[in-house]
Amino acid sequence: MYPEYMTPSLKKVAQSRKQRFELAKTGKPVFPPMSAEEREEVLTKFHPDYKPESKRQINIGVNKGDVFTTEIAEMLESRSRIKPGIFDLSKADYETDVLIIGGGGAGCAAAIIAREKGAKCIISTKLRLGDANSMMSQGGMQAAVTAVDSPTIHYLDAMGGGHFDNKPELVRALTENGADVVKWLEELGVVWDKNEDGSFVVRHGGGTSRKRMHSSRDYTGAIIMRTLMDEVRNFPADIETLEFMPVVELLLDKSGKCAGGILYNLETEEYFIVKAKSTIITTGGYGRLHIRGFDTTNHYGATGDGLILAYRAGGKLLFMDSVQYHPTGAAFPEQIGGFLITEAIRGAGGQPLNKHGELFVFPREPRDVESSAIIRECVEKGNGIETPSGRLGVWLDSPLIDMLLGDGYINKQFPAMHRQFIRYGIDITKEPMLIYPSLHYQNGGIEINEKGETNIPGLYVAGEVSGGIHGRNRLMGNSVLDYNVYGRLTGEYAAEYSKSVKLGALSLDHITAYEKELEKEGIKTDLITPILLPSYTPEDVRKRQLTAHYEGTLR
Amino acid sequence: MAEKQKKEKSETKEMVTVLIMGKAHKVPADATIMGAIEYAGYQIKRGAGCREGFCGACATAYRLPNDYKIYTGLACTTLVQDGMWLAQLPAIPAQKPVYNLDELKPDVTAFQRIYPEIFRCVACNTCTKSCPQDLEVMDYIQAAKRGDIAAVMDLSFDCLSCGMCAIRCPAEITQYNVGILGRRLFGKYLSKKSEQLDKRIKEVAAKKFDKEFKELMQMSEEELKKKYYARDME
Repeated sequence: MYPEYMTPSLKKVAQSRKQRFELAKTGKPVFPPMSAEEREEVLTKFHPDYKPESKRQINIGVNKGDVFTTEIAEMLESRSRIKPGIFDLSKADYETDVLIIGGGGAGCAAAIIAREKGAKCIISTKLRLGDANSMMSQGGMQAAVTAVDSPTIHYLDAMGGGHFDNKPELVRALTENGADVVKWLEELGVVWDKNEDGSFVVRHGGGTSRKRMHSSRDYTGAIIMRTLMDEVRNFPADIETLEFMPVVELLLDKSGKCAGGILYNLETEEYFIVKAKSTIITTGGYGRLHIRGFDTTNHYGATGDGLILAYRAGGKLLFMDSVQYHPTGAAFPEQIGGFLITEAIRGAGGQPLNKHGELFVFPREPRDVESSAIIRECVEKGNGIETPSGRLGVWLDSPLIDMLLGDGYINKQFPAMHRQFIRYGIDITKEPMLIYPSLHYQNGGIEINEKGETNIPGLYVAGEVSGGIHGRNRLMGNSVLDYNVYGRLTGEYAAEYSKSVKLGALSLDHITAYEKELEKEGIKTDLITPILLPSYTPEDVRKRQLTAHYEGTLR
Repeated sequence: MAEKQKKEKSETKEMVTVLIMGKAHKVPADATIMGAIEYAGYQIKRGAGCREGFCGACATAYRLPNDYKIYTGLACTTLVQDGMWLAQLPAIPAQKPVYNLDELKPDVTAFQRIYPEIFRCVACNTCTKSCPQDLEVMDYIQAAKRGDIAAVMDLSFDCLSCGMCAIRCPAEITQYNVGILGRRLFGKYLSKKSEQLDKRIKEVAAKKFDKEFKELMQMSEEELKKKYYARDME
């Protein structure tokens, strides 16, 4: 239920709906899409990345001197959880062909393919298998399948969305593999939304010039993730899954090849050595670092662990100055503040409106542009609606969808969204949602090539933790495609590499060297990384947590 | 306006008392169970996942004052109530048989082979009553017994695998895994195939887009920009 003071604004939304419906029916843009100059202007003035204090120079490591998002620079200038000297690296507790760090979509896809290619795998994950942002994607996956579409049109959309910073060969691999991934997932048993004739139901997303969003209602990620997990679990002899056991440092061999990692059992607080012929990092993103204080759409485990693992080992990072804010996070009720509201709502015809019930932006601009326009409407123009807890937001008019696509469409295609709001007495088939941008995606990451290889031999990276595919702004539906394409590619190439590589003696010298560099640069910090879990303990509780020394625990 | 939207906690907030694993804590009256557990000072390891109602990590059982009933919910989406006595389930002991989907048929024989215990269902409907997603769990188990794969798929589609049904089931069925098998059988065998998909895969394999890709990849940023802003919209 919306508070009573919002009623006049809600009335204005209802009043303008008929006219906006007529406009939408024409098929023409309901608001003029921005030109390159207009995009540039709104981004510069309102995107959080453009605030001067949002970035700073990183003072350590391979990227020393580069400009990074401030919170990421701080996260990277940190201490290791371990003292390298006390580990006996002559004996490994586990040995495997492919060590996969992270049990989300990319990790599971990599494991399934690596096993097919004859490799034994270990999946290390700090929570449960499938605890990942992959599970939470709602709206769909892009793939250029229809006759009016092509991988090259998809390529152009992705490059433009990413401000042409994307690495071309990565975007080509992404877009050219789209149809293959749709098929692969269907053969594994993913239930895609289909029309009567077997063709796929496809929708627009922000920044797409063709309808190519493939979906499983609004549980797309959950359906794909559970299918991949189920398949991983069908091969317990070849794929060992270690839950609540994150990798906390990579191991190299004496010649600098990646050779596995150090595992930490979150529950018994033991450490284990995993020797692996190849390693794939699939740890996902960093939304739980709450960049610039923003709420996030992300999973509990999204703390950017893979970035620091690779960085301490000498892995190069790319585009770490760019953060994605999803245009439509929930702004009300407070309990779901920041939660994801799928972009498919706008793909299906939902419209962002200000407090006067007016359109103020084309509903399907790329995410950074759309988010910036929403912030501008609230902050500069004063046309936002304030919630009882002091948040600002604009309306996202969903009832229009049933008017455009038929009664019952929302209930059938957006059951998760309907459920999210009806719990709080808001029926999105009758009333709009109140939204504001929410921290959503790590645009950059560990630099890879089109095989998912990094600058460290034997270290592969797939999914959100990688950098280069999306430039400085990812389009909706390209991350689900990304983790499938690059999960599969890295699984294949890592398995292949494992057949011939010869590892030398294991080493943690890179950890010692990183600690020395911290000292040399005069960086004083108490921060220990990887962060593993975010803390939501209130201040007053923290003040009483007065144990003098913690050993091995999270604090 | 500060970018950080949340205002500081107000001192005058309405509070309720909840018993987290038997221990009383005062927490905000409008908190979710997960919010309350963290407000009380717990660092959750098991029992938090997506925090938005998609992953099923935070299954919680609770009772309310003067009420004999046992309630179930997701900690991330269920609000606290005064006097609520709650405990999260750290994991659900569930069986997951291994199978090769290629060797199964999309009919009742798949369930007979992989999940024969579903035929022990006594139709008590406890699974349905315990589902935090309000799914008709018993109905999809009955559909599985009939070999109605499409109904298993449809009725179990929004399942989060939280495991509350399985833990409450007197017939010891792991309902959510039955749902996954049903959906996979449907996706692989029963959903009508797209000819256009196969056509596109062949086109890509035959390198139909090679030349166009090469041209695009060699373009200067200016040329690419021009092409991008001039592109037509479906």
